[in-house]
Amino acid sequence: MNINATLIGQTIMFALFVWFCMKFVWPPIMAALDARNKRIADGLAAAERGKNDLALAAKHSAELLREAKEKVAEIIALGDKRASEIVEEAKAQAKIEGERIVTAAKAEVEQEVFRAKEQLRTQVSAIALAGAGKILGREIDAKAHNDLLDKLVAEI
Amino acid sequence: MSTEGLTTSAYIKHHLQNLTCSFQEGHFHCAHTAEEAKAMGFWAINMDTILVSLLLGLIFLFLFSRVAKSISSGVPSGMQNFVEWVVEFIDSSVRGSFNGRSALVAPLALSIFAWIFLMNLMDLVPIDYISLITQPLGIGHFKLVPTTDPNATIGMAIGVFLLVLFYSIKVKGLGGFVGELTLQPFGKFGLPVNLFLEGVNLIAKPVSLALRLFGNMYAGEMIFILIALMGASWMSFSFASTLLFSSQVILSLGWAIFHILIVTLQAFIFMTLTIVYLDMAHQEHH
Repeated sequence: MNINATLIGQTIMFALFVWFCMKFVWPPIMAALDARNKRIADGLAAAERGKNDLALAAKHSAELLREAKEKVAEIIALGDKRASEIVEEAKAQAKIEGERIVTAAKAEVEQEVFRAKEQLRTQVSAIALAGAGKILGREIDAKAHNDLLDKLVAEI
Repeated sequence: MSTEGLTTSAYIKHHLQNLTCSFQEGHFHCAHTAEEAKAMGFWAINMDTILVSLLLGLIFLFLFSRVAKSISSGVPSGMQNFVEWVVEFIDSSVRGSFNGRSALVAPLALSIFAWIFLMNLMDLVPIDYISLITQPLGIGHFKLVPTTDPNATIGMAIGVFLLVLFYSIKVKGLGGFVGELTLQPFGKFGLPVNLFLEGVNLIAKPVSLALRLFGNMYAGEMIFILIALMGASWMSFSFASTLLFSSQVILSLGWAIFHILIVTLQAFIFMTLTIVYLDMAHQEHH
C-alpha cells in the first residue's frame, strides 16, 4: 500500500485508453446509433405516409366502384329498353308481313275460284249444249242458236 | 489454501501486499515483504496493478473497438446489442449531467465506467485462486483487484484532475480560472480566505474520487479476506469447524452478490462525478 510510480503508469494508461476510446470506439458507435435513429424515424414517417396513401386509395377505389356500378345499371337499363324496342318492332313487322301474306293468299284463292268458275261455266255450257243437242237432235242448228246458248252460259 | 503455517495476521497481510518491483543495482527485483516494498521508495512499480489493469483495459477496448469496426445501423445482434446498450446508457448519463458540447466527455465516461467496472469485478474472483497461478510461477504476492491499490485510483483521479484544470483554463482563460479561485465568494478583499476555500474545493475533487473508490473496494476486499479466514481455520470434523466452513460459503456468497452492486455502483459514481466535475469546469461561476 505504498504510493509509488504505479500512479504515473496508471495515469498514462488511463490517458491512452481514453484517447483510444475517443478516437476509435465512440464515434463509429455513435454514428451507427444516430444512423439507426434516422432510419427508424424515416421508416415511421414512410409507414405513416403509406397508411395515408392506403386510406386515400381505398376511398378512390370505392368511388370508382360506385361509378362503375352506376354505369353498369345505366347500360343494363339501356339494353333492356333497346331489347323491348326490338321485340316490339319485330312484332309489328311480323303482323304486317302476316297480313300481307294473308291478303295475297286470299287474292290467290279468289282468283283460283274465279278461274274454276269460268272453266266450270265453259264446261257446263258445253255439256248443256251437248245434252241439248242430243235431246233436240238435228233440228237445232248450233249456229242458229248460238246466241241463245251464250245467254244461257251467261246466266249460269 | 496457502495458509498452512501462517497466522491469521500474516494471511491478511499477504493478501494486502502488492507485487512491488523496481530496478535495484541494475536488475529488476520484486519485494518479498511489506518492509522491502516500502524501502523501494517512490520509484517502484506495483506490477500486479499495472498488469491487471492494462489487461482489463485492453479487453474493454478490444471488445468495443471490434464492435465499433463492424457496427451496422441495421438490426443489432449479440455483442453489438450489448455494446450499444452500454454506450446508450453512458450517453444518456452524460447528456443528463453535462451541459456543454465536448467530444471528449462521453468517451471518457465510457472508458472510466468500463475500466473501473472490470477492475472492481476482479473482486469477485475467490481471493486464493489467483495464488494457484502465481505461486507456481514463483510470484509471492499478487493482488488481483487494481482498485484496491490506491495508486490505481489516485492515478485515474489525477487524470481527471488534469482534465478539469485543462478545461477550466481553456473555457475561462487563465485569468478567469485564477479569478474564480481568488475573487469569490468574498470579493477581492477576502483573497486569502477565498484562495483557501476554493483551493480546498478544487483539491477535494480528485481526492474524493480516488479515496472513495479505493476505500470501498479495499473494505470489500478486506471482508472477503476475513470471510475466507473462517474456512481457513478448519481443524477437524468438529461442529465448530463445520459451522465456520458453512458460514464461509454462505457469507462469501452473500457478500459477493452484494458486491455486484458495489462494483457497478462505484464505477458509476466515479463516472458521474467525473462528468459533473468536467461540467463545472465548463461553466462560468456567477
